[in-house]
Amino acid sequence: MAKNKDIVMSVQGLTKVFKSGILNPEYTVAAKDVSFHIEKGKIISLIGESGSGKTTVGKLILKLINPSEGKIIYKGKDIAEINDKSETQNYYRRVQGIFQDPFATFNPLYRVDRVFDLIFDSFDLDYEDKDKAIRDALYDVNLNPDRTLGKFPHQLSGGQLQRLLIARALLMDVDVLIADELISMLDASTRIGVLNLLVESCKKHGMSVIFITHDLNLGYYISDKSLIMYKGRLVERGDTKKIYENATHPYTQMLFEAVPEIGERWDPDEEFLPEQVVDDVNDFYQNNKGKGFVEIEEDHSVLFSDQ
Amino acid sequence: MSENILEVKNLKAYYDILKGQVKAVDDVTFNLKKGEILGLAGESGCGKSTLASSFISRKKPLKYISGEVDLVGNKIMEMSEKEFKKLRLSTISLIPQYALDAFSPTKKIKTYIADLARQHGIKTDKKFFNKVKERLDLVNLDESVLNRYSIELSGGMKQRVIMVISTILDPEFLIADEITSALDVSSQRFVATMLANLRDLGIIKSSIFITHDLSILYQIADRIMIMYAGNFAEIGPTDEIVDNPRHPYTRALIDSLPKVGIQYKDKRLSGIDGTPPHLLNIGEGCRFRHRCPYAIDKCEETPQREQVAEDHYVSCWRWKELGSDLSGQK
Amino acid sequence: MAKDFWAKHENLYYALTNKKVIFGLTIVAIVFLLAAFGPLIAQYEYDEYAGQGYLPPSSDHFFGTTIDGKDVFTRTVHGLRSTLLVGAVAGTIATLIGCIIGFVAGYYGGTIFDELLMMLTNIFVVMPQLALLIVIAAFLEVRGTFVMAVIVASTAWPWTARAVRSQTLSLKNQEYVSLSRISSISVSRILREDIASNMFSYVFMVFIQQFNGTMLATVQLEFLGLGPTKGISLGLVMQNAVNWNGIQLGMWWWAIIPGLILTILITALYFVNTGLDAAFNPRLREM
Repeated sequence: MAKNKDIVMSVQGLTKVFKSGILNPEYTVAAKDVSFHIEKGKIISLIGESGSGKTTVGKLILKLINPSEGKIIYKGKDIAEINDKSETQNYYRRVQGIFQDPFATFNPLYRVDRVFDLIFDSFDLDYEDKDKAIRDALYDVNLNPDRTLGKFPHQLSGGQLQRLLIARALLMDVDVLIADELISMLDASTRIGVLNLLVESCKKHGMSVIFITHDLNLGYYISDKSLIMYKGRLVERGDTKKIYENATHPYTQMLFEAVPEIGERWDPDEEFLPEQVVDDVNDFYQNNKGKGFVEIEEDHSVLFSDQ
Repeated sequence: MSENILEVKNLKAYYDILKGQVKAVDDVTFNLKKGEILGLAGESGCGKSTLASSFISRKKPLKYISGEVDLVGNKIMEMSEKEFKKLRLSTISLIPQYALDAFSPTKKIKTYIADLARQHGIKTDKKFFNKVKERLDLVNLDESVLNRYSIELSGGMKQRVIMVISTILDPEFLIADEITSALDVSSQRFVATMLANLRDLGIIKSSIFITHDLSILYQIADRIMIMYAGNFAEIGPTDEIVDNPRHPYTRALIDSLPKVGIQYKDKRLSGIDGTPPHLLNIGEGCRFRHRCPYAIDKCEETPQREQVAEDHYVSCWRWKELGSDLSGQK
Repeated sequence: MAKDFWAKHENLYYALTNKKVIFGLTIVAIVFLLAAFGPLIAQYEYDEYAGQGYLPPSSDHFFGTTIDGKDVFTRTVHGLRSTLLVGAVAGTIATLIGCIIGFVAGYYGGTIFDELLMMLTNIFVVMPQLALLIVIAAFLEVRGTFVMAVIVASTAWPWTARAVRSQTLSLKNQEYVSLSRISSISVSRILREDIASNMFSYVFMVFIQQFNGTMLATVQLEFLGLGPTKGISLGLVMQNAVNWNGIQLGMWWWAIIPGLILTILITALYFVNTGLDAAFNPRLREM
């Protein structure tokens, strides 16, 4: 069990239901009853496919949307109670995010430098020379400042934009970083450089990262802990290695089966249908009715039933 | 036995723009054997999609410069648009990169299929739709899908519909461009395996599977070809490429892939510093030399394509001497 | 010095150097000049019997004469002025109302405000515009320019409201707005830099569309004799030409020229709109 003082942020029973329409409302449960801790300096992979709720969890932690139920505790306080301007500013000084689509993250009317200007305007960043700090940060993520600064977003590639956003986050030296599909647009060879940089930053500055991804292999490579989400529920949680060696929830098992590995070939006789997992999960929940979320070994918990 | 469906010799296709020429496909030579799934891998901007475009539809500003492309005896670069049209969908078919986005949100799937078929001169009678239903069943889609709208289908399901349409005339040769990239992991496996199945069932004879994801190619490709910045780097049987790569870029690419059960704290992966060069008016020489740990002066000269073994070729001046350095543990 | 100005107002630079915009604006300028100065150089009064009827264009009568000898040029330029005025005022009113309703509905998207406003908008959208206009206009015995403008605007604003609302809604959810939020940027700065700036060009273009629409609606009413009760208007000139069989009698200068000017104006405005789209959206610019 992690000592309390190592825990930077605690997510408890987080639930988010979206309502659309007033007169005939439709409800979508984006996330339900998600609980986990974020320890200092550790990287957590939040793994799930589209519709799993992983981005929603990221947005909730970034206070872009409010939870329907549950709380997020940071520095002993429920962040839902952070309302006034300076408290919010303090929160964002230490909690930042990188969004999924780099093209959408930049306002197309302004040059890319603006994202740096914004943080220098709002926060008291401890740098003597702003321009040098930005240039250094760009070099760290393998970007040439002369070829990227001063340009408009549409003039740069998705990979360059993504790296700019990473540089921005690293400049701020935060406690918690939500990285949503951080490297999806980067090539295999560049990805590793960026990931390694991320891990080093965590070690050096004690930054914690929630690495939202659908790429199990990358998640495995850099994370200490893993969270697997399926249809809004947290289905498996714990030490990354333990989950890999002892994947218990049928959805987790399916993920590991589906991922292509170099060195291991898929069994050509095995019939693999993505639709199958829905039945498998339902059967699993039926067979384990009432059990709920159970710790099956130290630092490894599984959702046995969804009631 | 190894009859070639496609023979490409010294193909050059550039983008003609105001500022000059973007040498997107520069002197590429390779063969596609009958019954083979050839993986075409490389990072963004390496020219793999351009290669596909240069076969099927050369739209401005893409311009064919030189080289030959022989598709089952047809010299397609010399053909007129009209002649080539007869080959489309029946002999050569392409699933383009953003095909998933091409569905009209206001048309039912069956309307979409019928429109597409008519565009290619196929009669959309009962026989046709029976065949479509058979194929849908093959990809595990119920025929009710025909009456649905594209927004009702998941990405994986849409991709399967596209596979059905693209192969409805049993083409000799299918080019699949990034058909798994936008999909969830579970669909990726299904779609990639389906491509191999289509080949096994004889619905398609051969295929070029373009993707940046080497691990998927490892699963279903017979041979893998690596391109870098518009140049041909290496081609060879899948296991050879993965275990005994001869090109420094191939090695670096393989090294940068996370392996089963290896974490950062166990063994750090290394990427490649720097970024690919700009292809605008690019000069001679190996395009990888600025990032290559083994670069020497000779690399200023464009390397020749040399044979390593049967079906295994590489474009690197130093492949022979580096042989043992690259393979095995780093 | 000039270069610095352009560097800061890049959008303006692209707007003014875009070929479509230049072409369109030139034509629009010509038409406006015609409306502004035409009546000053016209030798006659628009109701005056200026000469013989049936006369084709000449140096005396630039656009010829009507069947009963009134100068077509004079009638056209005076009518143009009136029509442009009504169209412009109506367009402005419609855009203003549409923007306010659209912005509020979009900002409070998903709440009861939004639903109510949209219900209101939908009611107006469903009403047949021309029929309503005819009824209102016919009811009023005296119709001045401003009244005409209000009447036309009353059925034109829903389109703007919907367009602005959807734009606001989508902008609100843009990830760059989220980035600004987590960069702890003040709400007013976000509204200004992220939302309004991306809306300004949109609203500007919406206005141009509205202007086109209101112009056409105005001409339609005038054509039916429901234009301003006093004075001449473009639609009225065209109506006369049709009523007096101008076309059958081969009086092309009377039947076609006024309508042609209107068509040219509207087309030119569309050109300007398309060109501006490229100017305001960096991605569409020719690099």
